[in-house]
Amino acid sequence: MIILINLLNMDKIMDNDKNKIKSIIDEYSGSKGALIPILQKTQATFGYLSEESMTIIAEALNISSSDVYGVATFFAQFRFTPVGKYVIRVCHGTACHVGGVKILDAMLKSKIGIKNGETTKDGLFTIQEVACLGCCSLAPVVMINDTTYGKLTNEKLGKIIDTYVQAEKEGKTL
Amino acid sequence: MIRIKVGTATCGNAAGAQKVFDKFKELSLNDKDISLEETGCIGMCYVEPIAEVAVSGEKYLYGPVDEKVAELIFQDHVKGGKPVEKYILSSTSNEYKFNKQKRIVLRNTGVIDPEKIDDYLARDGYNGLKKALAKKPEEVIQIVLDSGLRGRGGAGFPTGMKWKFANSSKNDKKYVICNADEGDPGAFMDRSVLEGDPHSVLEGMLICGYAIGANEGYVYCRAEYPLAIKRLIDAIKQAKERNLIGDNILGSNFSFDIHIKEGAGAFVCGEETALMASVEGKRGMPRLRPPFPAVSGLWTKPTNINNVETFACVGYILSNGAESFNKYGTEKSKGTKVFALAGKINNGGLVEVEMGIPLREVIYDIGGGIKDGKKFKAVQMGGPSGGCIPEHLLDTKVDYESLMATGAIVGSGGMVVLDEDSCMVDVARYFLNFTQNESCGKCAFCRIGTKRMLEILNKICDGKGEESDIADLMDLAAKIKNSSLCALGQTAPNPVLTTLKYFEDEYVAHIKDKKCPAGVCTALINFTINDKCIGCQLCKKVCPVAAAISGSAKVKHQIDQDVCIKCGACYKACKISAIDKK
Repeated sequence: MIILINLLNMDKIMDNDKNKIKSIIDEYSGSKGALIPILQKTQATFGYLSEESMTIIAEALNISSSDVYGVATFFAQFRFTPVGKYVIRVCHGTACHVGGVKILDAMLKSKIGIKNGETTKDGLFTIQEVACLGCCSLAPVVMINDTTYGKLTNEKLGKIIDTYVQAEKEGKTL
Repeated sequence: MIRIKVGTATCGNAAGAQKVFDKFKELSLNDKDISLEETGCIGMCYVEPIAEVAVSGEKYLYGPVDEKVAELIFQDHVKGGKPVEKYILSSTSNEYKFNKQKRIVLRNTGVIDPEKIDDYLARDGYNGLKKALAKKPEEVIQIVLDSGLRGRGGAGFPTGMKWKFANSSKNDKKYVICNADEGDPGAFMDRSVLEGDPHSVLEGMLICGYAIGANEGYVYCRAEYPLAIKRLIDAIKQAKERNLIGDNILGSNFSFDIHIKEGAGAFVCGEETALMASVEGKRGMPRLRPPFPAVSGLWTKPTNINNVETFACVGYILSNGAESFNKYGTEKSKGTKVFALAGKINNGGLVEVEMGIPLREVIYDIGGGIKDGKKFKAVQMGGPSGGCIPEHLLDTKVDYESLMATGAIVGSGGMVVLDEDSCMVDVARYFLNFTQNESCGKCAFCRIGTKRMLEILNKICDGKGEESDIADLMDLAAKIKNSSLCALGQTAPNPVLTTLKYFEDEYVAHIKDKKCPAGVCTALINFTINDKCIGCQLCKKVCPVAAAISGSAKVKHQIDQDVCIKCGACYKACKISAIDKK
């Protein structure tokens, strides 16, 4: 039983991953205030911060793991669960709010069947609500990975999501 | 030589500027007479993507340009010499005329290629630094004082004064920080400056470093602005190659290095002590002042923090003299200010105006008035710390003191226009939800008080408001303002206070009549299908929620109220008024 649990434990970090984290830490050795950049780079590498990765960072920087966790949970950027292939960042800035993002958001959630912060079962999409993407003149705005989509309507966003789903079926990445 | 420029800032790219750029690239391949360049945001976000064609000194600004229009412009204008009238926004033999605008901060944004330091140098770039290095630090500070420049991040503290404090702190190590953690929702001025003219910010930081005696600087930039960060990294690298950053800058005794720190997403880090904690790698929580950063800042060393726009003014002031700046503006608010116009406005975008211009002129003459011929209701200024200004105060002058008197603030420069379809209670709730989320949790009144205020506002929007709610909101607001350590808590109640002050009737309508006059609060509206329905299935087709509308063809349809998201798509789509909105 214990072996089974260990096999299922997706958080378990392989030696290879450990080395990756260590080389990230080495990059910042000697520079002051390095914790946040290290966490950012670790997340950029693995997509999220696992408990193990934070423990390794804490040990290397000689601070407690609760300190690391405290900093990581303070900032909105850090995630503690794996994300989907495409992170859909829905802008909830003022202009998007008055531009009707609430309705767009409700449509999106009902279309792909997840809530804010969740990932679809097939691992394709994660929805993340964000404060403002700074493209206020194009409100309402949604960002999928690094691509920004503006002046959205329910119909437009629906079609955009469909193209991602279609691409996945064809084995392509957008 | 024909120059084609495409505005490829984030907003331009979101509208498809990259595809336009690629199209021009494909068309002009191997043509040595054509130079294709990228530039920053020209400010006219409502007609993005924008391209400029310059033929023998005559410039034409085109927008909105898609791939097809790009092809047309290329064939007819670039190759054929005949401008494409239909898409011309503006044309001139020298500089464009920006109606009622005065560009100091945005002097290069949308004009130069931000990735080429030579473009910046050709437009007087780093001349301010050269002039500063020839003066004593105290003389530099005096010029900044004389210019009347005040902090553009929101508080409006005189910049020269700040520098003077940092200068008089004696220490072997001092820091300069550029606050590029533009967190106000609805504000994007700093992003546009960083993306469109990064060197102007670096030059300002260098001059500040020289003036206060610092040799190291940090730009604290939001991680949500990847293009701004990329352009900053490139700019720093290029400036180092020209000995504008590094040791013994331009042969002087002054050495200065600049690093970039990426913010990790916390609104409170716009507050200077929280920002410094974050740079040090800690939780970004504010601390009590004094000691002020000028005495004990980053790693307890004297530190001067200014905002992006403030630094962008400094090079211009040093290069052209204090008078070139203080000749604009009012008695206490000098110079110009950049505003991000957004919301229900026709010409949304970035505008830079002289301080003291009436709000009405910004919204109607520059912004082109309200979208779709709707009626103006209010303009939200200063983001979560600011307030809503109603129509009868539209002649208020845009300066620090006049705006403060209305209950709003200049803030960082976000200007979100609201029309008759915006619910003011919902807007207040929106901001409270934001500040409540972003409260760092240190002060009890900010942490718990904002939560209680939000609960009351949620209750009102859900149609469960009670008459005592307004008094409770006022009471909580006063206590939160008085008992919070930093500006986040001190200003968090402002959106509620100003909407209560000018739009109390809307609160009353929600509480007493259980009605949302603007039809925004979904708990207070219902869509139902009446007997006029002929079962044409149009509503079913447009409904974004598959299960919300049921009924077979030619039979009266039904809306399932539990699933309906109240988007109103069916209401808009129905051609025979068979859907009621109540």
